[in-house]
Amino acid sequence: MSHDTNSDTSVDSHGSYKSYLTGFLFSVVLTVIPFWVVLGKPDIPTGLKIAVIFGMGAVQILVHVIYFLHVTVKAEQGWKLLSIVFTAVLLVIILAGSIWVMYHLNTNMMPGM
Amino acid sequence: MSTQVIETEDDLDFYVTPKPDSASDGHPDTHQDYEHENGTMLGFWIYLMSDCLIFGILFAVYAVVGQNYALGPTPAELFEIDKILLATFFLLFSSITYGFAVINMNQNKKATMMLWLLVTGAFGVGFLVLEAMEFAHLLHLGAGPDVSAFLSSFWFLVGTHGLHVAGGVIWLLVLLVQVLIFGLTPANRRRVLCLSLFWHFLDLIWIGVFSFVYLTGVII
Repeated sequence: MSHDTNSDTSVDSHGSYKSYLTGFLFSVVLTVIPFWVVLGKPDIPTGLKIAVIFGMGAVQILVHVIYFLHVTVKAEQGWKLLSIVFTAVLLVIILAGSIWVMYHLNTNMMPGM
Repeated sequence: MSTQVIETEDDLDFYVTPKPDSASDGHPDTHQDYEHENGTMLGFWIYLMSDCLIFGILFAVYAVVGQNYALGPTPAELFEIDKILLATFFLLFSSITYGFAVINMNQNKKATMMLWLLVTGAFGVGFLVLEAMEFAHLLHLGAGPDVSAFLSSFWFLVGTHGLHVAGGVIWLLVLLVQVLIFGLTPANRRRVLCLSLFWHFLDLIWIGVFSFVYLTGVII
């Protein structure tokens, strides 16, 4: 009996068949497209291929966060969303900073590379 | 009736894993506390975020030195994308089967939940086997982690992810035994939910690995 109230809240925070299948279908599409771009060898510029791979990857990460990790505004009184946004900001600083600095260092140290 | 059963399970859980705060014993909403108000779930989430930073740093290292081949082999010569596609789908399938396990747990279907967890574990083992075959193949080609900065950062990043998956599989097996012996106690439910976060999180990291390391690596 006590599980009746329990399952009501669980549907929101831990997903239903429908939400998991939705996330799964999105993920399949978002996985197949970038692999096709590489394996299917379509006649498009490399830069565009990389843009497609990164774009699809970013969208798929969002799909996983929403449908599988169940991050919502309300989850854990907002702390779940707040902590993942904070982590994302740190990651952007670490990644963009490293690539930016080291690219210029490489260029200055080894002209022509 | 069912409340009675749950209270005995609470008692059992108390003896198995003593907790300093047992004041919630007897309160009717103990169950929800475990899933929503208890600090464990948020604490585990914070751990995952810090783990995410570890992977972020490994990705940053790969981004910086990943093209320093030191006259050694390049990604296009090493990576077999069709096998990576298979490994990717193993992890993706394991994510949704774990989701089904959690749904069945919330409906108190213990046997079905354990079945889905077993399927999840099987996909996880399949992923690890594929990864082990790839690593053996690389070693056979003479592309070990000591060859170039690219290979060092590659082995470190992909190996760390693989170790996490292996840890997840071990955790899954131990949890199955616990559920088998102690049933769906509040503590075991919480553990299943923690592992669920861990498992989905590893699939999320893998998106970065296959996009950034494998797919981008072979066309750049």
